[in-house]
Amino acid sequence: MYEHLETAANSAQLKRIVVDPVSRVEGHGKVTLLLDDNNKVQQARLHIVEFRGFERFIQGRPYWELPVLVQRLCGICPVSHHLAAAKAIDQLVGIDPENLPVTAEKLRRLLHFGQVMQSHALHFFHLSSPDLLFGFESDISKRSIIAVLANHPEIGLQGVKLRKYGQEVIRMISGKRVHGTGAIAGGMNKSLTPAERYYLLEDIQQMITWAVDAVALVKKVHCSQLPYYDDFATIRSNYLGLISPEGGLELYHGGIRAKNANGDTIIDHVDYCQYNHYIHEEVRSWTYMKFPYLLSIGKENGWYRVGPLARVNNCDFINTPLAEVERIEFKAHSNEAMVHSTLAFHWARLIELLHCAESIQVLLHDPDILGHELVAQGEKRYEGIGVIEAPRGTLFHHYQVDENDIVTKANLIVSTTSNNMAMNESVRQVAAEYLSGRELTEPLLNNLEVAIRAYDPCLSCATHAIGKMPLQLELIDVNGVLIDKLIKHSDGQIEHDTLS
Amino acid sequence: MTLCLESSPKPILIFAYGNLSRGDDALGPLLLQYIEQHCDSSEIEFLTDFQLQVEHALDIDKRDLVLFVDASVSSGNAFVFTELTPVKDKSYSTHAMSPSAVLAVYQNINKQNPPPCFLLAIKGEQFELGEGLSEQAQQHLEQAGQFVQQLLACSDSLIWRQYALPFERQHFPS
Repeated sequence: MYEHLETAANSAQLKRIVVDPVSRVEGHGKVTLLLDDNNKVQQARLHIVEFRGFERFIQGRPYWELPVLVQRLCGICPVSHHLAAAKAIDQLVGIDPENLPVTAEKLRRLLHFGQVMQSHALHFFHLSSPDLLFGFESDISKRSIIAVLANHPEIGLQGVKLRKYGQEVIRMISGKRVHGTGAIAGGMNKSLTPAERYYLLEDIQQMITWAVDAVALVKKVHCSQLPYYDDFATIRSNYLGLISPEGGLELYHGGIRAKNANGDTIIDHVDYCQYNHYIHEEVRSWTYMKFPYLLSIGKENGWYRVGPLARVNNCDFINTPLAEVERIEFKAHSNEAMVHSTLAFHWARLIELLHCAESIQVLLHDPDILGHELVAQGEKRYEGIGVIEAPRGTLFHHYQVDENDIVTKANLIVSTTSNNMAMNESVRQVAAEYLSGRELTEPLLNNLEVAIRAYDPCLSCATHAIGKMPLQLELIDVNGVLIDKLIKHSDGQIEHDTLS
Repeated sequence: MTLCLESSPKPILIFAYGNLSRGDDALGPLLLQYIEQHCDSSEIEFLTDFQLQVEHALDIDKRDLVLFVDASVSSGNAFVFTELTPVKDKSYSTHAMSPSAVLAVYQNINKQNPPPCFLLAIKGEQFELGEGLSEQAQQHLEQAGQFVQQLLACSDSLIWRQYALPFERQHFPS
């Protein structure tokens, strides 16, 4: 592990290199490196520079606004926030998942498969494929989907169309490709019409074929550059995600499973409403993102990874045939119980994309998908928790309301936050193994971004909290001399350094 | 679906983009609503999104005419109507491509020129989050709506070109 590179002892004497912004990720972040005179890396950090406040400003709003409000957290995975909030407010109207109308649940699953499909296609083809196809240190002019379209037109166009198909699934169900409405407390607000179903069925077989090709592509890229792809930015970690009751890959609803780096089960089929008995979050002074960890293991070693790599690692099977074949090959490629390669995130992501396409086809052929019983009602409750597997990993929404249905408390743990420690570890690994001691150039620094990009971080989603971030206020005179300093610690305590 | 199989989407596409929650940035989507209420839409497909992206190049395929509608801070008049040409600009590396860059993507992937595409840029004044439409923008919207009704009364690229500003007088929205 590379935790010794989190904080350098003598930072004032070191050279500072900044990669700002980290490109081709959602949201804004930067990487800072501190180097000694021999260009040896002494400190490497991923910083999230956005500051938002979703958990605070949704307080005071009526609960039924939540599925629409929280979509604004993100333009890439709004449906995941929409559905996580909807699952939470189902509980506020007394509806547990097993009591949701069958059609409503299947429509939500269809919507979510569309969401994961479009997000995975966006990430792989638009954002990451330039690195994988042209090389990590390729000329900057090649690092875009436009260059992929120009140099590999078939691959690029298939990627764009796969994404668009996922967006069309979303549009058919929620009315818009981005920020539509579909899920409401206790169900859905609209049926799928036979014409909409037919429209989506027209192209689904083509999408499955292209998804198979995409998996073949990433597999070829990965396996033709071994052991480099297995080693780059790779760390051994715990893995966490939802799982079906039978142990299968699950994106919409299930219990929580966590495994350690050896593949041993830490927790299994845990009711996600009990999540805060198992997961806590740590705040560190230098970043807006929190650091979640498994309580039973502790802060130091309890951090974990979520997302495609975690899900495909954790599950016992995938319930669609083509994706299952790929999962078996994926797992066999590693000689261990778990695949730890950070770049294997891409491979796992495309196996999931294939699973989504197959699942969409199954659901479109399911007669229940055209049903009209869409909403159930129960007895009012004051607390609701919704958890879903967003494209980037496990997403927790937790709300409390008062007797007037107004939100009084909100807590969100987003996927990227769960991967925070792992991303920093990967950045430090790349800094230590591939950059340290070398003359740093722009192409070389792209290696850091490749490591971060593999996680498909959504930095906008990950900076939603307010109130726990330590702040430091400095008063500096015209000569640059520090004359006063006020520090607010993460526990709320305020310290006044008089500099006397 | 237009992705692969459907051979004949509606001949006219009106694609309005902008954010309804950001003051006058809503001008595009609001114009779309205006047209939907005031015009025969049997030959028109309406699409809206927050920003233009690569995949929107697929939306313009197999159309006879495409009208992009956006809010603008730089147009001098209530609205400016121009014909678009494909341009490989730098906007592909941002969250929001220019309409001309989308046409360049179309040209790249189809190896042919896009259908006749026009841009209606409606002048906006304020774009703050949470604000409604400004009074001036409301007037501009009304004028632009009437203009588009006039355009749609004769959906022919040769006629539309007569309405469009010559290239040297074009002011593209920022």
